[in-house]
Amino acid sequence: MSTSEAREAILSRIRTALADVPGVPAAEDTPVPWTYGQPRVLDDVIDRFEDRVVDYRAGFERCSASDLPNRVVAALRAHGVTSTVLPAGLDAAVVDAVAGAGLAVSRDDPPLSRQQLDATGAVVTTCATAAAETGTIMMDHGPGQGRRALSLVPDVHLCIVRADQVATDVPEAVARIAGAVRDQRPITWISGGSATSDIELSRVEGVHGPRTLHVLLVEG
Amino acid sequence: MTITSPTTQGRPAAGAAGAGKTVALFSTCANDVMFPQAPMATTQLLERLGCRVVFPKKQTCCGQPLVNTGYYDETVPIVRNFAETFAEYDYVVAPSGSCVGAVRHQHQMLADHAGDAGLRRVVDGVVARTYDISEFLIDVLGVEDVGAYFPHVVTYHPTCHSMRVAHVGDRPMRLLQAVRGITIRDLPDADRCCGFGGTFSLKNPDVSVAMAADKARNVASTGAEYLVAGDNLCLLNISGVLRRQHSGILPIHIAEVLASTEEAS
Amino acid sequence: MSKATQVPVRRAGHTDLESTRRTPAPPAGDLIDSPRFPVQAKVELGNPVQRKNLHHAMTTIRAKRTKVAAELDNWEDLRLAGEAIKNRTLRHLDQYLVQLEESLTAAGTTVHWARDAQEANAIIVGLVNEALGDAEGDAREVVKVKSMATQEIDMNEALEEAGIAAWETDLAELIVQLGHDRPSHILVPAIHRNRSEVREIFLEEMGRYGRPAPEGLDTEPANLAGAARLHLREKFLRAKVAISGANFAVAETGTLVVVESEGNGRMCLTLAETLISVVGIEKVLPTVEDLEVFLQLLPRSSTGERMNPYTSLWTGPTAGDGPQTMHVVLIDNGRTKVLSDPKGREALRCIRCSACINVCPVYEKVGGHAYGSVYPGPIGSVLTPQLRGVTSPVDASLPYASTLCGACFDVCPVRIPLPDLLVHMRHKVVEGKKAKAEADGLKGLLHPHAEPAIMKATAQVLSSPKLWAAATAAGSLGGKALKGRVAKFGPLPWPLSKWTNARDVPIPPTESFRAWYARTHHEDGSLK
Repeated sequence: MSTSEAREAILSRIRTALADVPGVPAAEDTPVPWTYGQPRVLDDVIDRFEDRVVDYRAGFERCSASDLPNRVVAALRAHGVTSTVLPAGLDAAVVDAVAGAGLAVSRDDPPLSRQQLDATGAVVTTCATAAAETGTIMMDHGPGQGRRALSLVPDVHLCIVRADQVATDVPEAVARIAGAVRDQRPITWISGGSATSDIELSRVEGVHGPRTLHVLLVEG
Repeated sequence: MTITSPTTQGRPAAGAAGAGKTVALFSTCANDVMFPQAPMATTQLLERLGCRVVFPKKQTCCGQPLVNTGYYDETVPIVRNFAETFAEYDYVVAPSGSCVGAVRHQHQMLADHAGDAGLRRVVDGVVARTYDISEFLIDVLGVEDVGAYFPHVVTYHPTCHSMRVAHVGDRPMRLLQAVRGITIRDLPDADRCCGFGGTFSLKNPDVSVAMAADKARNVASTGAEYLVAGDNLCLLNISGVLRRQHSGILPIHIAEVLASTEEAS
Repeated sequence: MSKATQVPVRRAGHTDLESTRRTPAPPAGDLIDSPRFPVQAKVELGNPVQRKNLHHAMTTIRAKRTKVAAELDNWEDLRLAGEAIKNRTLRHLDQYLVQLEESLTAAGTTVHWARDAQEANAIIVGLVNEALGDAEGDAREVVKVKSMATQEIDMNEALEEAGIAAWETDLAELIVQLGHDRPSHILVPAIHRNRSEVREIFLEEMGRYGRPAPEGLDTEPANLAGAARLHLREKFLRAKVAISGANFAVAETGTLVVVESEGNGRMCLTLAETLISVVGIEKVLPTVEDLEVFLQLLPRSSTGERMNPYTSLWTGPTAGDGPQTMHVVLIDNGRTKVLSDPKGREALRCIRCSACINVCPVYEKVGGHAYGSVYPGPIGSVLTPQLRGVTSPVDASLPYASTLCGACFDVCPVRIPLPDLLVHMRHKVVEGKKAKAEADGLKGLLHPHAEPAIMKATAQVLSSPKLWAAATAAGSLGGKALKGRVAKFGPLPWPLSKWTNARDVPIPPTESFRAWYARTHHEDGSLK
């Protein structure tokens, strides 16, 4: 068996199957009646974002930039966290506050093993953008966000979102994050904590991903 | 049943919305043989509203039972007969959302299947002029209050094909709401199928009965005297279970409700 | 076919193999050899626990979908866009696949092509063996993200035969796997099970394949999910190889997308060293921006959420983050056959959301096992007979497993005309029957297949005004003869007994409509 032989066979089958399709460019043959990247009209983007995040039973609080370090520490303490991983690129004031509060801090440098990560209580990250209508946080795992495993394995995820990062809805957010996709960055969309409805469609928050998601929205 | 006979029927409604209009009645094959009250009521109702109602005798069936079982070739002559029978009329009206839906949704496909461009042209014309009774009353005659009187508690089942193939929308309910004396109870899970599905009820009898039983339970829960719908075969299915359960709820076609008048009751 | 009334009994015939197997044995037999739909449907209907579970679950999920779809004022525009984008890619699939291959390759992913299940499984087994190297014993394993493509090709069993354990990590798939069962739904595969059954399965089986369920486990869904978290975490933390599907594959960039809820997908996609993604050729989308349409349509149609908890997008390996070796296996497995039918190809738009299944009144009564396919419900009834053909008894019966009520089309996010396709497939079944009758020649004439003969005779009457008029006259005699004697029919002989076993039928009227009209009207419509 040769995969290139299979390739040729499949492409040939497709061309035969599509004999009825006129030989014109795809966009001309099948127009798509949709305008991409349009914002949704919302009364208040941040209010909508809060409403949606809270609806997933995730934590949500607003704070000013200057108050952020203290609020991060308070939120970690509120969740009973004793150890954290703080990715490279995270605001130094936040890192200092967490370390200063006596919580164990790892900077994932050198990278933590899976087991070390599993033994870590919480991760604090920023994000790349967010979508208000769906309460979705989008990470491109750039500075302040860490590699993907960091925001997955620890049981508590504190995510810092700047107000100007919140787009109205998915189309606007996709437009903002498309560049990172084209740069071949991995992308993670997070809408609430991990959840399942696999047993009798009864929603349970917290399966394999962090069981607690807490959003800190920084205004001003 | 309170259908008036043609000789004693009520006066045409004020304004005689149908005056000058000739309607070709498509009784549907099932109504013709099994439920003549529905096309009778349709005839009397339309006449009361001033229409002239003709019954082209060449008519048979819309072909749906065969198409929906997969027999396309066999249905083409039925479609041809339908198209030829009704080609000359401005309005083809049937007391069945399902049969109207079949005409509207399947006849063109079958003309194409036959590769008959001439038939397709005739079908295009007939399809555009074929109406369920509720559509004809509201869209063509422009009436919601047809002068009916029906002092009973009813619940309405919007049959699947009326809703999703013919797309009659809320027209039947608007017509019912204008009936004097009527009490309409909401039917729980009204939009769920009753399980009839034509040959489905013979090919999958056990599932069909399980579905009909759900529908019958919901109908019974309303406490209505009558179950109203726009398709008699769905009514046959549901009322078959209701009868077996001695529920006392009677099936009635919406045309029969709309044809009922105070004078006749 | 599994049964849900009792908790998992190991299937006879698998007991001997059990000792050499790595993973729980699924029920014996191939799905395509399943009984005809009506036969298995009757069996499933006899399972009151399953019926209750399904009714509850489907009612809940339908209400959620209706609510979140109604929230978007441009929902119908989204459906039209979804339909058009999928049509565009399907109608030019060769171009988009070649583009996808180029993008994937440029991003550092190795692309493989497989014509059918056997070819796909051979490629996958080879890749897993290569990735595992000389690992032995328990280490010869992979963790899996829930994927319809891998179910369709029965990949787990192919790996099992190669001595590799494939662990399902989606909670429902885990319940199914540990329960020696088959999925009954594409989104919530264990929906035929209730919490008590899940508890029994976990207590009985988890310990045989890894970390046992906690002692004293109760039936609380949160605690059952907690048991799965602990059981699977040890597998995630040691996994070397993960296998996923993909909800979407972006041709422009070579980006794969996995939509999930639990985080098991992220665990697999992030923690493993090698990632193999099995992707149906119809999963391709032209551009990144097209995701804005589908990532609105899919979660709302599927779980009835505004957005699913986690969506992962990746474009080849990323240094220092996640698997460093990536493969994509593009599978045909019947899809080009579907594509060759200009009408039937509309089914390839399917994004596996399950909205049609959740709204189907037939599915709700019988569950997924009656369909003899990994794809149940309306989409299964049009897709399975196209992918596998209509020659097996179960495949020929599937297009008839619907009342054509049309609820499925209304909820389909990519506007697949499911009722029309069901009728289209019935036509194909009929054509098959006729061809067989013809091929049987004289034998066919002597033993005509009953249905075509009945339909032919019916059509002759219905296409002839004269014959029909005569028939209506004859039919109304029945009512006259019985007039005054009975009010209704009780049981009638076969095949009408199928009706009258559970329903009473009123006696026919004494006068047909046309007789009444002729008696009361002139031909021009004036009254007599």
